[in-house]
Amino acid sequence: MHNATPVPRNTAIQESAVTRIGLTGLTLVLLVTLLALPLLIVFAEALKRGLGPALDALAEPDALAAIQLTLLVAAISVPVNAICGIAAAWCIGRFVFPGRRLLVALIDLPFSISPVISGLIWVLLFGANGWLGPWLDRHGIRIIFAVPGLVLATMFVTFPFVARELIPLMQEQGAAEEDAALTLGASGWRIFWHVTLPNIRWALLYGVLLCNARAMGEFGAVAVVSGRVRGQTTTMPLYVEALYNDFDSVGAFTVAALLSLLALVTLVMKAILEWRMGRRGGVGR
Amino acid sequence: MTVELRALRKSFRNVVALDDISLTVPDGELLALLGPSGSGKTTLLRVLAGLEFVDSGEILVGGQDMRAVPARERRIGFVFQHYALFRHMTVARNISFGLDVRPRTNRPSQAEINRRVEELLELMGIPELAARYPHQISGGQRQRVALARALAIDPSLLLLDEPFGALDAKVRRNLRRWLRELHDRMGLTTIFVTHDQDEAMEMADRVALMQSGRIEQVAGPEQLYAAPASAFVHEFLGESIRLDCTVRDGLAYFPNPAVPTVPTNCRSGSAIALIRPHEIALTAETGPAEVVAVYIAGPLMHIRLVLDGHVIDAIQPAQNDRPRVGSAVAVNLSSARIYPIEADTGPPWL
Repeated sequence: MHNATPVPRNTAIQESAVTRIGLTGLTLVLLVTLLALPLLIVFAEALKRGLGPALDALAEPDALAAIQLTLLVAAISVPVNAICGIAAAWCIGRFVFPGRRLLVALIDLPFSISPVISGLIWVLLFGANGWLGPWLDRHGIRIIFAVPGLVLATMFVTFPFVARELIPLMQEQGAAEEDAALTLGASGWRIFWHVTLPNIRWALLYGVLLCNARAMGEFGAVAVVSGRVRGQTTTMPLYVEALYNDFDSVGAFTVAALLSLLALVTLVMKAILEWRMGRRGGVGR
Repeated sequence: MTVELRALRKSFRNVVALDDISLTVPDGELLALLGPSGSGKTTLLRVLAGLEFVDSGEILVGGQDMRAVPARERRIGFVFQHYALFRHMTVARNISFGLDVRPRTNRPSQAEINRRVEELLELMGIPELAARYPHQISGGQRQRVALARALAIDPSLLLLDEPFGALDAKVRRNLRRWLRELHDRMGLTTIFVTHDQDEAMEMADRVALMQSGRIEQVAGPEQLYAAPASAFVHEFLGESIRLDCTVRDGLAYFPNPAVPTVPTNCRSGSAIALIRPHEIALTAETGPAEVVAVYIAGPLMHIRLVLDGHVIDAIQPAQNDRPRVGSAVAVNLSSARIYPIEADTGPPWL
């Protein structure tokens, strides 16, 4: 009998206290420096000279135009992406057809290519020297360096958010409830509004939220197609950069703070949605 | 209503799901589709409901050709394997769904719908669940809700896919009896799918045993057990002991000449003999089978024999003379059913 040996700690973790505290501390330091600190600096810089100058910066006509344009682009691209995302998820989640895997891969494409390319493809397609540019020019249609280009670039970049949220859910839920509704005599629209949509509503909202956050915050793809005419084709992220390059740090950080606020609101809503989805057992199982 | 299926065929890509299915279900019958998984039972049910389409063949319900009728107009009640209740609707709204979705011209009034829902809840014995959501009720209760929902549309035919599959054994037994009683009261033509032979034998008027997309035999439970049409049916239902034999001129010969031959109308050639444990007769005289173990469990005596290297488990009433372990006894297999070997080689595409 070895009664003298110390009783081992009643835990599977065998690392010493130094290691454990050290690693936890390191994580916290990284979290603060990489995530919390930058956010704080944005707000601190914006309010450096008090609330007055910050509000003045937002009241600038160019600032208002940028905010308006950002909202307009999001207001067009988010609903379109939501509808396309539902349609794509429904196809992929409900049917087996040739090319299904390819479609799934294509939906992920915007995530995997650089945003600059996402912008450039539209320039190559619709730009003055692009494939369709001369034809558009003759008919007086402007896509690049105009709102349609911004919308197209934003839609391309944010396309996967809704579809990716819905595909696994719809695959998991299966078509049984829709089949049941069909045998009970419901029409296609009826089934969609009363069975399909209610079953995916939380995941859909979640996808729309992420899609919206990205649509408002997108820089790279939008920068390529925008032309950066202040007050006309400059969205909020582009406007922030323009102000910063002009050494207007209060202006730049104020608009940045507004964008950050949007991110924070998104984060809170996302947390609420996750809580709801979790409580219903993954959107109601 | 009477259901008539004529020469139904369906394949998914290169898998044959239904292979020349013909079947008539008379009005008011409770028919079980029994078979191992992948035998095509659920496909057949879904074809009837209009959720899948056959490649060829005819489906008649009450004399009407169903192929041109879309699922939503067939008025065929379907209870899905995992019930497929609408998870975001209350039990009452689940049940009324089939009435709520009717076009305004032939939709009953709201009061009428409410009355119908109450009636069905009463019939199912779950009036207290009306305001609950599917995730708040038990599996057995969900089953009843799914059934009520299917019955609400006044179906001409009721289809149930593995109605008890997701329930635990005790709930299952109770529901089985309850469903049979309900059927007797309502007289609605009903087809249910199961892979559980006890379930099929206990509940159904007739059982259609399926294998590899074909119906092997349709018969009442007793007949199915007593006169299996093929070796597959014999072995699927109840315990079977399988012995090789050779048929010559209407007699089945066993490899051991000491085992008496069995008369049969099976054609000549290699064959298999199938017999149930309780059908094996032991005689007191000395013979070719060695008794290796004997034990009595309740009313039955289990006797393990070895005949030419084959282990044979026979069952006799407990009050019979107990054979001595180690003794050699004679066996009589005259109750064995003889099937030609070709019929047992499996489906032609394998």
